[in-house]
Amino acid sequence: MDKNDIQQDEGRMENSYLIKTDQLVKTYPMGQHVLKALDQVSLSFLSGEFAGFVGPSGSGKTTLLNILGSLDAPTEGSAQVMGEKIEDLSHKDAADLRNRQIGFIFQTFNLLPVYTVFENVEFPLLLLGLSASERKDKVMQALEWVHLADRAKSKPSQLSGGQSQRVAIARAVVKKPRLILADEPTANLDAENSHNILRTMVKLNLELGTTFLFATHDDKVIKYLRRKITLYDGKVARDEVYDAEPTREKTS
Amino acid sequence: MIIPKLALRNLLGAGIRTWLNVVVLSFSFVAIIWTQGYIEGMNQQMAQSKIQSEYAGGQYWQEMYDPFDPLSLLDAHAPVPDAIREMVEQGEAAPVLVIQASIYPDGRMRSILLKGIPPEQDVIALPSRFLQREGDSVPALIGGRMAKSVGLEIGDTFIVQWRDAGGTFDAVDVEIVQIMTTSVQSIDSGQVWIPLDRLRDMAEMKGEASYIVVAQDREDLPEAAGWEFKDLEFLLADVRAIIQSKSVGSSIMYIVLLLLAMLAIFDTQVLSIFRRKKEMGTLMALGFTRLRIIQLFTMEGALNGVLAALVAALYGIPLLGYAARKGWAMPQGVDSFGLAIGEKLFPVFGVGLVIGTTLLVLMVTTIVSYIPTRRIAKLKPTEALRGSST
Repeated sequence: MDKNDIQQDEGRMENSYLIKTDQLVKTYPMGQHVLKALDQVSLSFLSGEFAGFVGPSGSGKTTLLNILGSLDAPTEGSAQVMGEKIEDLSHKDAADLRNRQIGFIFQTFNLLPVYTVFENVEFPLLLLGLSASERKDKVMQALEWVHLADRAKSKPSQLSGGQSQRVAIARAVVKKPRLILADEPTANLDAENSHNILRTMVKLNLELGTTFLFATHDDKVIKYLRRKITLYDGKVARDEVYDAEPTREKTS
Repeated sequence: MIIPKLALRNLLGAGIRTWLNVVVLSFSFVAIIWTQGYIEGMNQQMAQSKIQSEYAGGQYWQEMYDPFDPLSLLDAHAPVPDAIREMVEQGEAAPVLVIQASIYPDGRMRSILLKGIPPEQDVIALPSRFLQREGDSVPALIGGRMAKSVGLEIGDTFIVQWRDAGGTFDAVDVEIVQIMTTSVQSIDSGQVWIPLDRLRDMAEMKGEASYIVVAQDREDLPEAAGWEFKDLEFLLADVRAIIQSKSVGSSIMYIVLLLLAMLAIFDTQVLSIFRRKKEMGTLMALGFTRLRIIQLFTMEGALNGVLAALVAALYGIPLLGYAARKGWAMPQGVDSFGLAIGEKLFPVFGVGLVIGTTLLVLMVTTIVSYIPTRRIAKLKPTEALRGSST
């Protein structure tokens, strides 16, 4: 293999990353001081990873997840998600990226309370402009994945915590995004529900090839991760890969 | 189309909160149309009563005639000109002679206007046919207010004293043959109507009149030297002035009712912006732009107005329709204020009033809904997701 081949391989690898951050810095003004939430974070993720950011509160997990989800912008450095530089995206383009490519799962489920389960899951598809029959098929398929097809007409207030989070997962996966970002998805769930939820996510990751990134300090979640990135004071302290497939790359 | 659909879904999903707003707003809809309808009805009734009972299609005034200057009445009379006499003979005009006089009911003197009118006329809605009576005493017609103020009843007689064209005082017995009920005070208070020919004889003003009322459907009006035609525009100027002065009051009421309605919407919107911040964050995470969220929340507020209009139509149309048919019995004292309204006030709910009010309320609702949502423009997705303020 000559030098040109090596450069071409590196170029291909560069392009195949789903996410790549470079010297990412995020600061927040706190009165007269500046809080550095992220400090020189350089990471990359391939498509299909099942990875998580772990670390104590205030270590920058959620901030990093928000930037990768185009909900926030870095102060310095670069974050490239599916070929889009987050720092360069307009508000509208960021919304479009979230709408088409990214699914979110929140600690508090964030279901829309006045909608039924069906309508909550249908919501992202409405934004994509799909026809009613297409929407119905996809919503029911997503609800089948999370075993909640029989609760399609229920309101969120009629569901348990575990069921609510499964609806949130269905809402995140219904449009089959390439990336799902889950912020403390099991924090409000008991052990059994947490395992059910995580098994569902693993299944979706393997069957659909969806990349999952978590922000968590829950051991139950950490056990399922195939890659664990430990953040401490906004810096990457450790980046560990637990199995060979499908995640192989280890970067820092 | 997604925004209206989601807005309607949100609105209906909010349940009792939405319906409370809608019901309050619908009350305002109906109350605004109700009050404006009654004011419009009162305005129309006042003008209509004046036209029917006093002005008809307009009046020719003898050039000296000025109803607001009693002293001018002494000279304000002249023979009916030939051009107009033809109209009188065809029943298309009714001459009226007016002189000042005094009456002495129960021995007390009272200044009045003595008016002569052809008993057979039907140009104005004055029951002059009661004056078609032969006899020594002069038959007289008075209004209900006049009868009440001087204590006269049908069959009562009293002395009328006047000064004829030559300046000589004379007197005659007059008998009340009818007391008319009219809402028009200017043909009632301080006035005694007698047959025109009798008054002409009494005042020695043969063939003369002070003013001539022209029938409503008469179109070509001849010129007459010494006489000025006063059209309805001129004659109803006072009524219009009263309406104008009342319209200021009604506008204030309109604005107050509108403000009350808007307060409910504004309050809901402001609360929504604060309470539903997390929901906004979720919408942003799902791909909504801030502009779309502003559109959604504004649309939700505006749809309150649309739902309120539908609810208002549901109970307002039968209610207002009933009111328009049955009228509103007026307190007896109202006509003493000089408002020619009658025993019942019939509201007028015109298409313009209903559509105008509906559009205005919808427009104001939309604006009021939009104003608080401007805060969303400053909202960051991460702050919204935390539910924290901007």
